[in-house]
Amino acid sequence: MKTTDFPAPHPLHAVALNAREQVILDALEAVMDPEIPTLNILDLGIVTRIASEQDGHAQVQLTPTFSGCPALKIMESLVHDALVAAGFLQAIVQTSFETAWNSNLISERGLESLKKHGLAPPPRHEGYIELDVLSDTPCPLCGSRNTTLQTPFGPTLCRSMHYCNHCKNGFEGFKPVD
Amino acid sequence: MEMTERHVMGLIELLYKMADDQLIIGHRNSEWTGLGPILEEDIAFSSMAQDKIGQSLALFELLHELGEQDPDTVAFTRNAEQFHCCQLVEAPIGEFNFSIVRQYLFDQAEALRFEMLMASVYEPLAMVSRKFRGEIKYHVMHGKTWIKQLAEGNEESHQRMQEALNEVWPLALGIFEEGDYEKEISEVNIFAGEAALKSRWMETVVPFLESCGLNIPQSDAVTGGRHGQHSPYLQPLLDEMCEVFRIDPNAEW
Repeated sequence: MKTTDFPAPHPLHAVALNAREQVILDALEAVMDPEIPTLNILDLGIVTRIASEQDGHAQVQLTPTFSGCPALKIMESLVHDALVAAGFLQAIVQTSFETAWNSNLISERGLESLKKHGLAPPPRHEGYIELDVLSDTPCPLCGSRNTTLQTPFGPTLCRSMHYCNHCKNGFEGFKPVD
Repeated sequence: MEMTERHVMGLIELLYKMADDQLIIGHRNSEWTGLGPILEEDIAFSSMAQDKIGQSLALFELLHELGEQDPDTVAFTRNAEQFHCCQLVEAPIGEFNFSIVRQYLFDQAEALRFEMLMASVYEPLAMVSRKFRGEIKYHVMHGKTWIKQLAEGNEESHQRMQEALNEVWPLALGIFEEGDYEKEISEVNIFAGEAALKSRWMETVVPFLESCGLNIPQSDAVTGGRHGQHSPYLQPLLDEMCEVFRIDPNAEW
């Protein structure tokens, strides 16, 4: 069935959720970012719309963190599988640029989840993203601010690489993105 | 004003040149994988390649929605004369100085183009432009950091930056070669046009390059790419990029 056969799902926080939509939300809570196993996709801020208009039917819209992120296809199928496991016979997962992701969409709990994985969380920003912002990243391991940015590009598109001059560890940061 | 067929053709022309630029520069950036002068640069160019190719996919998807063939077919089955990229992006990576100067001049133009397109009346294009703009910031930051450092380094590094700029500049001016529908796409506010983009780009890159002690070359634009006339470098690039796809175009990956 084509996705256009269904009405557009509503933005996540726009209206009160019905009981089926609450089940969707609970299911999404358990879907982790495949590259950051401590962070679920709701806290990551990539779930932009959900809907369930009838029994057994679920729709979820995701937005990519980076347009070249290879984890996106994996996340789509993880979401699909989670919805099916939660009892939805018809689960539609779409990706759209409608709501552009930015790092401010990561929840407070999400920032803590990043730290638990050893990643420095991105600072909240108002669009100013330059090297000095990245250079001023506290070490997620010891908390020191005496750190050096090594490169804004890391092992995945969303990460930068840093060195802590205090505890002498290399660490990665989750980049601020506008 | 009402959208006519010529407006849609202008939109398609715009999307093709942007998508082709992203795909080809993405492929060139990926050629630094394993060859970067330091590990961080290996990673930087590889990451930028990944961004560009992801962006080209999103643009090819928009074309598909407008009735063009699917992204893989469009990306991997056309020949050089069917591509609309500028000649800047198809030039070989050369040495690091060439790649860095090209990367900055191209990405600064992209950053401004996406910023302008955020206001496009064609909402799907405005949406992806909002996304790309945030990603491109890191690319511009990368190019500027290196140009400043090398242009202000020692005599040799300065000279090599100037040489690269002399070589890249006429190619970079070719980014702004006008298409056949400039008037159409600007009159309905799809895009303000190449001339408007070029003047914003000049206002941005000239002061920066001069602040690094570099001289702006006086040379004419190398054009043709937007109309399918390419340098001899494009076809061999396509042959390599499409080699695996063409062995079995129906393969499931």
